[in-house]
Amino acid sequence: MSTKLKLDHLNIHFGANHAVKDTSMDIAENSVTAIIGPSGCGKSTVLRSINRMHDMTPAARVTGRIMLDDTDIYDRSVDPVAIRRRVGMVFQKPNPFPAMSIYDNVIAGYKLNGVLKRGDADEIVESSLKRVALWDEVKDRLRQSAVELSGGQQQRLCIARTVAVKPEVILMDEPASALDPISTLKIEELIEELKERYTIVIVTHNMQQAARVSDVTAFFYIGELIEMGETRKIFTNPEKKQTEDYITGRFG
Amino acid sequence: MNLKSLIARHTVNIVATLLMGAATLLVLFPLGIIFYHIIKTGFSTINPEFFIHIPKPTGETGGGMANGMAGSAIMIGMASLVGVPVGIFGAIYLTEYGIGRLATTIRFCADVLSGIPSIITGMVAYALIVVPLRGFSALAGSFALALIMIPIVLRTTEEQLKMVPVSLREASLALGVPLWRTSLKVTLRSALTGVITGILLAVARVSGETAPLLFTALGNQFWSRKLTEPMAALPLQIFNFAISPYEDWHRLAWAGALVLGVLMFGLSLAARWVGRSKHAG
Repeated sequence: MSTKLKLDHLNIHFGANHAVKDTSMDIAENSVTAIIGPSGCGKSTVLRSINRMHDMTPAARVTGRIMLDDTDIYDRSVDPVAIRRRVGMVFQKPNPFPAMSIYDNVIAGYKLNGVLKRGDADEIVESSLKRVALWDEVKDRLRQSAVELSGGQQQRLCIARTVAVKPEVILMDEPASALDPISTLKIEELIEELKERYTIVIVTHNMQQAARVSDVTAFFYIGELIEMGETRKIFTNPEKKQTEDYITGRFG
Repeated sequence: MNLKSLIARHTVNIVATLLMGAATLLVLFPLGIIFYHIIKTGFSTINPEFFIHIPKPTGETGGGMANGMAGSAIMIGMASLVGVPVGIFGAIYLTEYGIGRLATTIRFCADVLSGIPSIITGMVAYALIVVPLRGFSALAGSFALALIMIPIVLRTTEEQLKMVPVSLREASLALGVPLWRTSLKVTLRSALTGVITGILLAVARVSGETAPLLFTALGNQFWSRKLTEPMAALPLQIFNFAISPYEDWHRLAWAGALVLGVLMFGLSLAARWVGRSKHAG
């Protein structure tokens, strides 16, 4: 498998706080990479740097390189908007647009950009909702408000909205942490299917979840990448003592 | 429990409740008096003629304030055309783009601007527009009113935009929507009812302004044909008629005051109604 994303000596500062320290990692195409670690270890910070979400935070400073294929996404000539079209993101709390219907939420990426072609919408909505296994549940009430859906359905709607704009990479920031166990299971099954088309990076607090869904696991501790490797190996035979302590529940 | 302390507490409770009730009445009292008075003295003069005629020459009875109402509508409309977009875009800049010194400075200036007595705003409009154009005009009046509207719209819009959750902006940005589109189509859209409430309150505020029009629009006994001519305005007409020596004009002034009072009351009600519908849906 070829490398889709390459983090190269990445450092992230928030003012005086050095949140992510000299991190390098390769992320393979069509794989699921889980980032685990205790709260405040910088895992979400790394994730958000991959689609330049830190641009919105004035105090944030990112140095080093992140290569998306052959593009250095922090290069001066690169438009962050273009990067975000290639790298989608699913957030911790489901955040559908409350004023929009289910239907409009799916095509929000097109509508908000004013690039929706007449006649394409139905097709995009149906295929996107089918891809997240939500179609059968909502096909009879597409015009209803998105906030009437359950939390799990809302989160799958957010994933549908993300896949609708055809990204290459999908970042997931604890996508199931606000959901019940059954909804969580559905999201996990979905991740398994989505990796056939997309490269997925998921931050999770739940180690069982990381073990279930990911091919590769990266363990962060206080801003540093401690260990990264095949998920099975990280969870059965980690090389570093800190990794072992964390996955066996000795801290964190 | 000690019966004595119980009685004491009940007594304090009753006294406090009465005091607060009295304070509430005291707040409502002036409003009640104002409306009672303008309805009592103004209502008899309200008739169709009042709304379609301009003032009659002195000595003749009858006439209305149609030119004043039209003038107010025109000048408030033009002031809104400038004040509303400037205020809204300024607020978007402050909340979505503004960081550091510049934003703090703009915010401070807006606060100072909204605190400036409106007569001074009128003087500035006089110096900037009346003097160079060599004449009082509706344009100058609109300019003065716009200056008053901008900080009101700006600050209320800013407060509303701040209440839109960050997660919605992020949802939009993560879809590859540029910040300016996100600001307009997601953030502003989500805050729209609150923003409209702010606009209505700003309109209500300037519709009663008299001082900034005194030496800008000046007032006019007749219909104005051009925006570069002096124009009548309802509050100006009320002012001029109220201080005139003629009984007939006094009656018209009272009727004008009634119309203005009802208009303000209606705008405030509309603002509340719009603001409430946000929480319902």
